[in-house]
Amino acid sequence: MDERVITAIFAVVGVPAVLVAYIWGTEQVLRVVPEAMKPRVRPWLWMLPALALLGLFLVYPMVGTIIASFQNTAGTAWVGLENYQWFVGNNDALSALKNNLLWLVFLTLFTVGFGLLVAVLVDRVRYETVAKSLIFLPLAISMVAASVIWLYMYLYKPPGAVQIGTLNAAIGVFGLDPIAWLQVEDFSLNTFMLIIVMTWMWTGFGMVIISAALKGINPELLEAARVDGANEWQVFKGIIFPLLVPTLVVVSTTMIITALKAFDIVFTMTSGNLNTDVIANLMYKEMFRANDFGRASAIAVVLLLAIVPIMFFNIGRFRAQEAVR
Amino acid sequence: MTAAATPIEEPRPKVSRFRRWRGGIGLHTVVLALIIIWAIPTFGLLVNSFRPAADANSTGWWTGLFPPYHFTLENYAHVVGQSNIGTNFLNSLIISIPATVIPIFVAAFAAYAFSWMEFPGRNILFVVVVGLLVVPLQATLIPILKLFATWGIAGSFLAVWLAHTGYGLPFAIYLLRNFMGSLPKEVFESAAIDGASPVTSFFRLAIPMSVPAIAALAIFQFLFVWNDLLVALIYIGIASPDNLPLTVSIANLVTSTGGGSEFLGAAAFLSMLLPLVVFFALQRYFVRGIVGGSVKG
Repeated sequence: MDERVITAIFAVVGVPAVLVAYIWGTEQVLRVVPEAMKPRVRPWLWMLPALALLGLFLVYPMVGTIIASFQNTAGTAWVGLENYQWFVGNNDALSALKNNLLWLVFLTLFTVGFGLLVAVLVDRVRYETVAKSLIFLPLAISMVAASVIWLYMYLYKPPGAVQIGTLNAAIGVFGLDPIAWLQVEDFSLNTFMLIIVMTWMWTGFGMVIISAALKGINPELLEAARVDGANEWQVFKGIIFPLLVPTLVVVSTTMIITALKAFDIVFTMTSGNLNTDVIANLMYKEMFRANDFGRASAIAVVLLLAIVPIMFFNIGRFRAQEAVR
Repeated sequence: MTAAATPIEEPRPKVSRFRRWRGGIGLHTVVLALIIIWAIPTFGLLVNSFRPAADANSTGWWTGLFPPYHFTLENYAHVVGQSNIGTNFLNSLIISIPATVIPIFVAAFAAYAFSWMEFPGRNILFVVVVGLLVVPLQATLIPILKLFATWGIAGSFLAVWLAHTGYGLPFAIYLLRNFMGSLPKEVFESAAIDGASPVTSFFRLAIPMSVPAIAALAIFQFLFVWNDLLVALIYIGIASPDNLPLTVSIANLVTSTGGGSEFLGAAAFLSMLLPLVVFFALQRYFVRGIVGGSVKG
């Protein structure tokens, strides 16, 4: 127990001290570097800890994954593009891809839309903290607990039986028959029901980041517009929204990636059955059930390729940001 | 919806009382509706966590709100009464605090370099860093675990701190770079002219002006680490069970008793308390005016 407490103290005091000492140390190191070279060397020293950790935890395994995607199940022989051909020619994979597209579009739209709505609206009420906490709450719940909560929300009993699922009890009040929410494949209703669970969880994420950006807007700017006779909608459209765009891009990009990686909710609530499968769950199945590392790796590489266009969009935006600041 | 809304947080005598009040009604209705919709699922679990399992499995949670009342603390008593829960709680703290602090520092250094230092390949490198967000965690576990075993740090707190830092960095750098990059150029230029070193500019200007973004980042990173089960299980798991966090004991609660989902509600609320404290504590940094007039519109 004592050892644990010492570790805890080191963790809280020592770790930040080491990090601050590091960055202060870089300037001392730079003293021996010729003046002209300093701007060339300095950024790499500042990025060194980040690049080292990223290299170790993400790049190194990813390189291994890319290599494995061109190899057979056991990783003993090269198979060229075979794993990718399997992916393209596989109905399950294409159905999962289609579902991921639904996730990507609607999860992003819902979380960013509601996040923006809540952030802007609660900015104007006195009970802002309480309101934000309640929207944020679902994110603080573990995935397992969230899936239990929503299994109760969607619970289905045959018509006539007592409905203990919240949603079916609610529509029962209006005389409607209960719906097996997670089993209806028409119009991908079950996938939408899963997207709703994630929306419920992740709207708080969008809200917190958008709210942080909102609070960074110079209040004098808004006051000036109001004094000039702009109504609240004009203030939002003309000033607040344009200033929030960079933040909305960050939140959207993060949510698109979250949608591409959607796994836990699908895994715990439907296991990908009844046409609700997604790419990440497919990868999990290939990796841990079929033990086919080649195919699982190919799926991971497909995910990686899927975000290339989004990243190019981000580069363009950062160039624009630098041009105006 | 925002059309009619007028700010009500500060008295503004020039706006007629009627307009403000009318704007308020629409605003409050929408906000309250959203809050209620968002709260219902959690509230249902909260009510059920105080009901005996037999009741919770046979009637809807709302029946518990009407007499005859059958509330019980049994579920909570069972969770708190688990052996090791105190140690696991402490472990969760020991894991979560550095695993939140380290990525924020490391990401802030990198984000500052990406925002305010010129070097060739900057944008490409940045895109690669953010692109790493998409790397599936599952694909990294085995190669990393092998490395940890070779270095002899498998099972240690250091291993999990570093792992959470690595996994959290792409988002942390992305968020902070976006925020720091939008700070006004003049501030940094005039500091440099006054002879401030980059380290001084970083600690005296960039960090204080990025406080809302850092607070947001701290909330999320803490939350993700606190709720993490996978990373802890893999990197600590077998090597040193004494170092396992709270999430593991909660997971065991459910599986080992076969079902046991009645305890899950109680466990979920107990383990949620600390993230909520962090949220409330950092909430006060989301106030207008920290950046003040220094960010141009």
